Amino acid sequence: MTRDQISQAIKDIINEILPEGDCSSVDPNAKLRDQLELDSMDFLDIVMEIRKRYGIEIPEGDYPRLATLSSCVEYLEPKMASK
Amino acid sequence: MIKRDRIVITGIGLTSPNGNDLCEFRKNILAGEVRFQNIDLRYIGKVIAGVCSYNPLKYQNKKEVRAGTRAGSVSVYCAREAVADAGISINDSNRSRIGIYIGITEHGNVETENEIANISNYNYDVKFWNHYHNPRTVANNPAGEVTVNMGITGPHYCIGGACAAGNLGIIQGAQQLMLGETDIAIAGGVSESIHTFGIFASFKSQNALAYHENPNKASRPFDLDRNGIVVSEGGALYILERLEDAKKRNARIYAEIAGWSTNSDGTSYVLPNPERQAECMANAISHAGIDAKDVNILNTHATATKAGDIQECEAIRKVFASSGKYPFINNTKGFIGHAMGAAGALELAGNIPSFQDGIIHPCHNIDQLDPECDMPGLLSKEKTVLEPQKIRFILNNSFGMLGINSSLIIKRFED
Repeated sequence: MTRDQISQAIKDIINEILPEGDCSSVDPNAKLRDQLELDSMDFLDIVMEIRKRYGIEIPEGDYPRLATLSSCVEYLEPKMASK
Repeated sequence: MIKRDRIVITGIGLTSPNGNDLCEFRKNILAGEVRFQNIDLRYIGKVIAGVCSYNPLKYQNKKEVRAGTRAGSVSVYCAREAVADAGISINDSNRSRIGIYIGITEHGNVETENEIANISNYNYDVKFWNHYHNPRTVANNPAGEVTVNMGITGPHYCIGGACAAGNLGIIQGAQQLMLGETDIAIAGGVSESIHTFGIFASFKSQNALAYHENPNKASRPFDLDRNGIVVSEGGALYILERLEDAKKRNARIYAEIAGWSTNSDGTSYVLPNPERQAECMANAISHAGIDAKDVNILNTHATATKAGDIQECEAIRKVFASSGKYPFINNTKGFIGHAMGAAGALELAGNIPSFQDGIIHPCHNIDQLDPECDMPGLLSKEKTVLEPQKIRFILNNSFGMLGINSSLIIKRFED
């Protein structure tokens, strides 16, 4: 997957998890939780969806690397490159 | 008798297979409108069920619907509708004085079955098990979801009472008001049972699951050809208040809680015991401070099982034959099926408007009355209309497995 495809894949997951609205206009370099109504339970859902859809395990110690959309893409790119 | 606070009903919120508020529900009962469906469940396949059509997103956001349970969603819908109906505004002055008491037949089966089905897609690897499973399956889930949704900080819990649970929720609410534990009770019963194959499979194994080519004819309590239960989902929650509080805010009062009784058969996991059912009704009548002949309407629990219907009729005869006067006797499950934990609360709601309109709805789907279920007062086909003032007491039966019995009596409100 390309970086754009990974970014879209993350957005698709977040849009399903958001209480309302969508994340299409988020600032990719700002913290997701500062921009969206997401709590720690929602992040568990995001991690679960990545596991289900792409078979990728994200250890708890790496959760901080999912803070922004850009950091998500950067973290996931090597894992999803072959997907 | 111990003098006790008078408890009144000031709001009603409900969803049933044939209506999403009291007005629609009552109208469709009186019109004989039944809306059962064939649904497809894993393992068991096609079964007849009562499905509710309320819009969950009316009061919940999509995250609440996704993270929560169907029973929680039904509870939120009913609680919001009831609070609005009662004209109550929840704010910092009252949020800690509102208690939520919701009867449930069972809880957690749906969510557990769903999670097992989910991990079956991943070779049963439990790392795919949803982290919401625990908050979904704790026994207080339906009531707890209401507190989260509405910002209520008073007590909340559920009362596990098999199919007597709807009555038990109302009784619990009244008791907590009498104890001064709360000032407003949101009380009743809910059910999500149609979403678990296990309920249907167990009734089928028991030869107690209804079948009919026409789903709307499948639920037929007291009919000679009845063949079992139509399981339904639904909920009915009431706003209960002490009379003095209701009067202070000039609330509209639907009815007063007059008395109740709960007891146990102490005899079987499944088979009912008419002796104890009769005792339960008689105790409720005594608790209400009235005589059997004062009861004007009796809603039967009858679920359309062969034995259960006959035994409840036997119990009713024990209570009313010697009084010289039977009440008008009806049944709601022919219209809505067996709403399990919601049954008692929903069925009560179906009769409450009789205090205003004087109409007593009949049973439904009795083509040929089982002679063993015949008794004076049974409205097997046609409704009865009285002067509304002549309807003063309604007795609502709800019984359940393990021999749990409940009889609740409400009365016309007279200041």
